[in-house]
Amino acid sequence: MSAAADGKQGRSPFSSEAPQADEKLYLASQWKLMRLKFRDHKLAVFALYVVIALYCMTVLCEFLAPSTPNTRDAKHSFAKPQRIRLFHEGRLRRPFIYPLEQHIDDETLARTYTNDTSRPLPIRLFVQGAPYRMWGLIPMKRHLIGLDEGERLYLMGADRLGRDLFSRILYGSRISLSIGLVGVGISLILGVIVGGISGYYGGLIDNLIQRFIEVLRSFPTIPLWLALSAAMPATWSQLEVYFCMTVILALIGWTGLARVVRGKILALREEDYAMAARVAGVTEFSIIMRHLIPGFVSHLIVTITLAIPGMVMAETSLSFLRLGLRSPTISWGVLLQDAQNIRAVNLYPWLLLPVVFVIVTVLMFNFLGDGLRDAADPYSH
Amino acid sequence: MITFIIRRLLIMIPTLLCISIITFCIIQLPPGDYLTTYMANLAQTGESASQTEIESLRVQYGLDKALHVQYLKWLWGILHGDFGQSFSQNKPVSELIWERLALTVTISLITLVCTWIIAIPIGIYSATHQYKLSDYVFTFLGFIGMSTPGFLLALLLMTLSYNYLGTTPGGLFSDEFISAPWSLDKIVDLLKHIWVPVVILSVAGTAGLVRMVRANLLDQLEMPYVVTARAKGLTEIRLLLKYPVRVAINPIVSTLGWMLPQLVSGSVIVAMVLNLPTTGPLLLRALMEQDMFLAGSFIMMLSALTVIGTLISDILLAWVDPRIRFERQQS
Repeated sequence: MSAAADGKQGRSPFSSEAPQADEKLYLASQWKLMRLKFRDHKLAVFALYVVIALYCMTVLCEFLAPSTPNTRDAKHSFAKPQRIRLFHEGRLRRPFIYPLEQHIDDETLARTYTNDTSRPLPIRLFVQGAPYRMWGLIPMKRHLIGLDEGERLYLMGADRLGRDLFSRILYGSRISLSIGLVGVGISLILGVIVGGISGYYGGLIDNLIQRFIEVLRSFPTIPLWLALSAAMPATWSQLEVYFCMTVILALIGWTGLARVVRGKILALREEDYAMAARVAGVTEFSIIMRHLIPGFVSHLIVTITLAIPGMVMAETSLSFLRLGLRSPTISWGVLLQDAQNIRAVNLYPWLLLPVVFVIVTVLMFNFLGDGLRDAADPYSH
Repeated sequence: MITFIIRRLLIMIPTLLCISIITFCIIQLPPGDYLTTYMANLAQTGESASQTEIESLRVQYGLDKALHVQYLKWLWGILHGDFGQSFSQNKPVSELIWERLALTVTISLITLVCTWIIAIPIGIYSATHQYKLSDYVFTFLGFIGMSTPGFLLALLLMTLSYNYLGTTPGGLFSDEFISAPWSLDKIVDLLKHIWVPVVILSVAGTAGLVRMVRANLLDQLEMPYVVTARAKGLTEIRLLLKYPVRVAINPIVSTLGWMLPQLVSGSVIVAMVLNLPTTGPLLLRALMEQDMFLAGSFIMMLSALTVIGTLISDILLAWVDPRIRFERQQS
């Protein structure tokens, strides 16, 4: 259902507006048509906003988090999530929470928490809290939400050391969401170069590259990732492990991209305009880069969008199995390591909350990719 | 057809050779070898091995030779069905892997069949009821299924089963059957346990397949031949099953090639959470302990399975789709 069809059906054929609207569509650039078509896909537009919001969250995580990720508090070990309330003693108030009181059983040493209903603590905006460095540079103390000085807010509960899970999830998004982008970036560079060479030159080179890609693709991914992650020395720094993980994830991803690029270039290099460029003496590199690749950028974007969720999920799974990132690095997969057995899931179900963020991210990227795929071909009906 | 199969079989040989080289490189990647790990373990327990002892072990395992010699020896052994010795378990690798591989393949195949049985009817229903409420519900469920990590499902299923049934569905056998020899009772017991990983693994696969059947069938439903058949008065259900569904299902046969490696991959993670006696947990341990022949054989065999899966799907595709057969005869 393109916008053109809507225009025809929506207006009477005798009105003077209709042909004008059509004219605009005929003259519209390909990108404009894609934008129009994408807007029709409501779910994809919604997903786009959610994805943007998620990435804003990662950029501003220090400010958005009510606490810092490593502030411990023995008084709140495994504290349950606090509910935001509006009614205190039957009267409407600004959003507040009841502070938690810890009781330790003398015999079993089990901790239980009760709400101290006598002392409602209002949730305030832009409060002074634990000091942090914005983007690791600017020292700041303000947090978007928080409680009065000295009280701690646990919107999503706390882990064993009493660290605020919500803050940790926000900080973890920085690693979990960027690893997909960086991984896809590496795949993209490799895929375009190798796929371009393969498609443009054809013949023996193409054959060799295609066979090699087939070999790589016939490895079952997870065992391969396991083997490579297990090969990472335990002495490596966080940064090295992070970088290595992205490379490992990209190692399989690029083959799919290379295939898309190759197929498209094979089809496009026979077009007249490519021949014209060749006759005019344009170098082969710039024929590929400037004349052929722009012809299927939209398809590349779709492939990329659909590749990111796979990488986010892979990072989470590997870290969950203690094969990817390790604490003190914070990622969603690392946070989920705390919820590895039935006991933890039963006693502290909120430790599974990071997985909700994983699912939302993957879901939204899939919706977005679906909408983009439809829009990438604006001339189909 | 026969020449086609033979040609495909011949292509498999260099592919498998490449895979063996890459596998060997990967298991050599970690710094040090098994003996380094072995000594570190000994040191932790307070013991130590003498230099001569280490040297003799090194010679015994062939770790003193150059890399390419080690590789050729390994490859030569595999060709004779000898996968080498597992260092940590002190048993021939072939004793350890076959049963686990067979269980992995069983789980994958059952999952594959379940996926098809569930996904194809839902896909057809979704396509014929496009943009109806039921279509949206299936699409939504499908996306959720695709976005849920397998380990979470495994964890949830285990917790639910523990809370409401009082048992943990971990493992593939009841206690009394774990080390028992294979018998009919053991197989029945296996079937009682196998549904848990099958359900978990089916979810993601089914979701993807439903999307595919739906998209393929929608493309076909617009074709003029469907209109023709309808105009000739064919009943809707016969028309659907006889023409468009048959064409729409062809590409799904080709998914066998990539579904199999995906299932094997997925089963590795699920197996670790559920603690199944399949390849996953042992592979992980072998990798951690640098038990290179064991790990290498697993990776090699899993990859070989994938290659065989692709081969089977190619043959099947040529068999069900006359157009592909025809094209091949022409060229």
